[in-house]
Amino acid sequence: MATELNIPDTAAKAAEAAPDRMSLSMGPSHPSTHGVLRLQMELDGEILTKCDPVVGYLHRGDEKIAENMTYNQFVPYTDRLDYLAPLANNMAYAIAVEKLAGLEVPARCQAIRVITAEMARISSHLMGLGAFGLDVGAWTVLVHSLNQREHLYKLFEELTGARFTTSYTRIGGVSRDIPDGWLDRVGGFCDQFLPALEEILSLLTRNKIFLDRTVGVGVITKEDALAYGITGPNLRGSGIALDLRKDKPYSGYEQYEFDVPVGSKGDSYDRYLVRGEEMRQSVRIIRQVIAKFPGGDWYAKDARKIFAPPKDKILTSMEELIQNFMLVTEGPQMPAGEVYFEAENPKGILGFYVVSKGGGVPWRLKIRSPSFCNLSILPKICTGILISDVVTLLGSLDFVMGECDR
Amino acid sequence: MPVASQAATALKAKFPSATDRASSDHAACNVPLAEVPAVLQFLRDEQGFDHLADLTAIDWAEGASPRFTVVYNLYATARGEYIRVAADCTNDLEPAAPTVTHLWPGANWHERECFDMFGITFEGHPDLRRILMWDGYPYHPLRKEFPLAGIETVLPDAEIAEVTKTPVIAAPMAGGPFVASPGEINMADAEPSAKDQSWNERKPKTD
Repeated sequence: MATELNIPDTAAKAAEAAPDRMSLSMGPSHPSTHGVLRLQMELDGEILTKCDPVVGYLHRGDEKIAENMTYNQFVPYTDRLDYLAPLANNMAYAIAVEKLAGLEVPARCQAIRVITAEMARISSHLMGLGAFGLDVGAWTVLVHSLNQREHLYKLFEELTGARFTTSYTRIGGVSRDIPDGWLDRVGGFCDQFLPALEEILSLLTRNKIFLDRTVGVGVITKEDALAYGITGPNLRGSGIALDLRKDKPYSGYEQYEFDVPVGSKGDSYDRYLVRGEEMRQSVRIIRQVIAKFPGGDWYAKDARKIFAPPKDKILTSMEELIQNFMLVTEGPQMPAGEVYFEAENPKGILGFYVVSKGGGVPWRLKIRSPSFCNLSILPKICTGILISDVVTLLGSLDFVMGECDR
Repeated sequence: MPVASQAATALKAKFPSATDRASSDHAACNVPLAEVPAVLQFLRDEQGFDHLADLTAIDWAEGASPRFTVVYNLYATARGEYIRVAADCTNDLEPAAPTVTHLWPGANWHERECFDMFGITFEGHPDLRRILMWDGYPYHPLRKEFPLAGIETVLPDAEIAEVTKTPVIAAPMAGGPFVASPGEINMADAEPSAKDQSWNERKPKTD
């Protein structure tokens, strides 16, 4: 005899509350929810009357972990926030801690970080675009964009030793200098990427099916976008030109010329267009960085208590050996204080709020993740739309659950 | 060291109880908890801080008083300026704070997260539920007394756990980051930063 389980779930509760409505749970394992987002929906026919996003399926306690390890040990965990753009997360985290330490990194290190962050932006937007296309049935876009992303991953691997989880930055620098000829290969990538990008975008920009499914769908007004803390391409799609690379330049972004694309209506189509243009602008930035790539050090030489000394010195000199031993066992020593630093990441504004009581371990590290804030608007904009539009809306928001759930 | 800014000066002129807060980057103010909604509304409407960048809390550990501090980071989109407002919770055992969801609807999820992680009740919040942990989870993981290795908990659906007889150990970090075989070594032995060795995940803290 079969055992009947009586599981009190949210769906049943919702059905009891509104018997004429259908209660539907989409996710956490659903191809269009891009990871492990679950939407608890209430439907009147095909129209959503209520939508309650359930997040937290990928919660790993990153902030708790950060309180229990030294600053550099946390760098690999930042890879796993927005795992489609780990290099940009690495950079945001490193700058936040450097601000706490009062440390300036050399121009060459800044240039390396900018170039990697922009490459990460391209790779993240390519994936976002491909998945968005897939959601509306355009399979070819994904194939082409993954092909381009592969070129980027080869360059990442050459630079950092890893394709995906790069862990590239250190507090006070980066883990290694760029390899010989790497910049030329990045330039070569840019040259072939621009025509390929036009080809990819041309599959969607004037595509009748794509237009029908995205234009006027999931409109986020300017006021809503600000009130809900939406950031990144989603905010710019709503017509607000907030880009921290322009407004609060960090890591030398003020030296480079680029435009901030904004949308006019704030619908899914505008968000798509903004991402497309941002990739062109990223290529523009990368080319400028390569053109005036500075020489000099790639890590802060004066950061004796923070950055590990060169390996050959560790093996031959007592002073550096002691220094390295202290760094590994006690962690880089930080002054007491608190900083809040935000960086313009591909998905939106990634913020780190670091509270230090001194010593090698942060007292509190809060991660302000863009995907978390961007998803919080779903109950508002999902009400009254068709269930099939939810799929394109999610695709156009381009979120990552690793970052949302932390 | 306090950082000066026009907005902070204006804030202190309007709210005499506000004081400077030590900060390594942006201007920061301490305000009494009850005045937080008024202060934030003043900053939003009259000083142009229209973007609630972040809302979080700090636990200063058991024994400290005030134990919990709620922190708001605001950003003025028009001129690219940050300000930080912090307020100490008055009750250390059952911390509570006024909600700011009426100012920024986006504060909704931030406050839910704060409640989930620290157990701070936001009074007036429209829908204060756990957000990252599951409904019915008994602990607040970002409190300092919660061990890194986690605490043994049953499945979220108690009915399933009863039928299948499978309590789940929520301990992904048991053994610590330096140890390849998890579970065999005490956290305190494995993790040099765990200085307080009087308790660990196998020997719970005694009061």
